Amino acid sequence: MEWINAIVQGVLLGGLYALFAAGLSLIFGVMRLVNIAHGDFIVLAAFLALSTTSALGVNPLLTLVIVVPVMAVIGYVLQRGVLNQTLGDDILPPLLVTFGLSVIIQNGLLEIYSADPQKMNAGAIETASLALPGNLNVGVLPLVMFGVSVAVIAGLQWVFYRSALGRAFRAVSDKQDIAQLMGLNKAHVFGLAMALSLAVVGIAGVFLGIRTSFDPSIGPGRLIFGFEAVIIGGLGNLWGTMIGGIILGVSQNIGAQINPGWQLLAGHIAFLIVLAVKPRGLFPRID
Amino acid sequence: MPEALLSTHGLNAHYGDFQALFGVDINIHAGEVIAIIGANGAGKTTLMRSITGLLANRPDMVTYRNTPIGALRADQVARTGIAMVPEGRQLFQSLSVEENLIIGGQIGRKGPWELEKVFRLFPILKERRAVPSTALSGGQQQMVAIGRALMSNPELILFDEISLGLAPIIIKSIYEVLPDIIGEGMSAVIVEQDIAKALSVAGRVYCMQEGRISLEGRSNELTREQISAAYFGV
Ligand SMILES: Nc1ncnc2c1ncn2[C@@H]1O[C@H](COP(=O)(O)OP(=O)(O)OP(=O)(O)O)[C@@H](O)[C@H]1O
Ligand SMILES: [Mg+2]
Repeated sequence: MEWINAIVQGVLLGGLYALFAAGLSLIFGVMRLVNIAHGDFIVLAAFLALSTTSALGVNPLLTLVIVVPVMAVIGYVLQRGVLNQTLGDDILPPLLVTFGLSVIIQNGLLEIYSADPQKMNAGAIETASLALPGNLNVGVLPLVMFGVSVAVIAGLQWVFYRSALGRAFRAVSDKQDIAQLMGLNKAHVFGLAMALSLAVVGIAGVFLGIRTSFDPSIGPGRLIFGFEAVIIGGLGNLWGTMIGGIILGVSQNIGAQINPGWQLLAGHIAFLIVLAVKPRGLFPRID
Repeated sequence: MPEALLSTHGLNAHYGDFQALFGVDINIHAGEVIAIIGANGAGKTTLMRSITGLLANRPDMVTYRNTPIGALRADQVARTGIAMVPEGRQLFQSLSVEENLIIGGQIGRKGPWELEKVFRLFPILKERRAVPSTALSGGQQQMVAIGRALMSNPELILFDEISLGLAPIIIKSIYEVLPDIIGEGMSAVIVEQDIAKALSVAGRVYCMQEGRISLEGRSNELTREQISAAYFGV
């Protein structure tokens, strides 16, 4: 029973990892950019939510209304102001610049919020749980978060393959010059992609800050989880990323079940096994 | 002589240290079809890339309707009403046939061309509208590339070697529809290595050689000798 419980909790945790990963996957797909500061943006979003709840006295879940658009604007401005200038044939400049951003965000947060761990309290919903058949108890909040993750992935999938914006993303990703001939300004399209990526990061950050305690230093760890989920699932496949997140979450929880100290290790081992068996991930879409 | 629709003025172009165009002057008048011929590496594609904004120039080196457009980005040039069928077709491989066409029309210029009209011009594309563009034959891909350019309802359309790599019978059928397309009051530039093909549709010809215009004249007035001298530099 404990095992089944561990697996169920792992699946729900995997939803959060998929949220960590989705934005990473999106911008890699559109502009082949690896955002080293991605995890720090998640933490930044969590602190933004923290400040919003304490300023307005609202439930942290409601801060999504503010955090998500603010993160999207930050994404657009960052892309147009900084990251577009680093894109080119050389893949090193964007890595270096986003690495620098990571350091800046961490130190900025440390300066403002100190190194103390923080956590947001979402009220009664945090303790509510559903009794499932077979003596299984599932928290309502993790379930809601998982539902939101699935909806976000489905939404991104729709945007990417069914909307005019997604058509622009794919066209620019295929052939930047020719897309420009079609009247698409790639600088703007990239800005929109980063805005969407950081909007998802906004959701991930709020959820992170409600589920667990956080401090300015945990960004790189979230980046790793996001990376692993993307790679396990296969590059360029959003549902693959969801499955990657779930595999990671389940492995971590099974590891923790065996020995609490093995949680992270078990996740990394699962990642390495997938990489060894299928180096391009389980369901790759990008060559 | 009426004002030209598009002109280049002493247009130079560079790839790094390498200079590919040297003081190119050409004019295209409204409703006119011109051909640009020249051997491999003469600079024809470079000229097209300069006009469409894929290569940046000094503003006054390219003028369109008396406005300097030489320094505009390609997306801005596209909005002014210039479209290109690029060399090698260059379809978006992640997009279906229909999406490739739609994306050509998304700048939203008004005019006769829309999806159904492209499908009437090339009925086979309607049948294959949902397949990835990579699943088409070369000739069908060229139809998509032409349709994609038309979808923006351009005033000036540039065709860069539309016969490249296609079977003669396909080339023939594509050249058969060209007059219909251009008949709608559009101006056109046809870049070709096949001199006879180019002369058959264009009123005027420019010949390029090593980045320079080596000959200019009316298609029906130039002699074979003049053309081969300008083409091969003999
Ligand atoms: N991206 C590039 N970088 C460097 N040099 C280039 C580049 N593209 C073209 N060139 C050079 O510029 C010159 C003109 O090339 P361009 O492609 O314009 O010729 P073209 O007339 O279109 O030839 P073709 O008939 O083969 O298409 C050539 O010498 C070519 O090698
Ligand atoms: Mg060429």
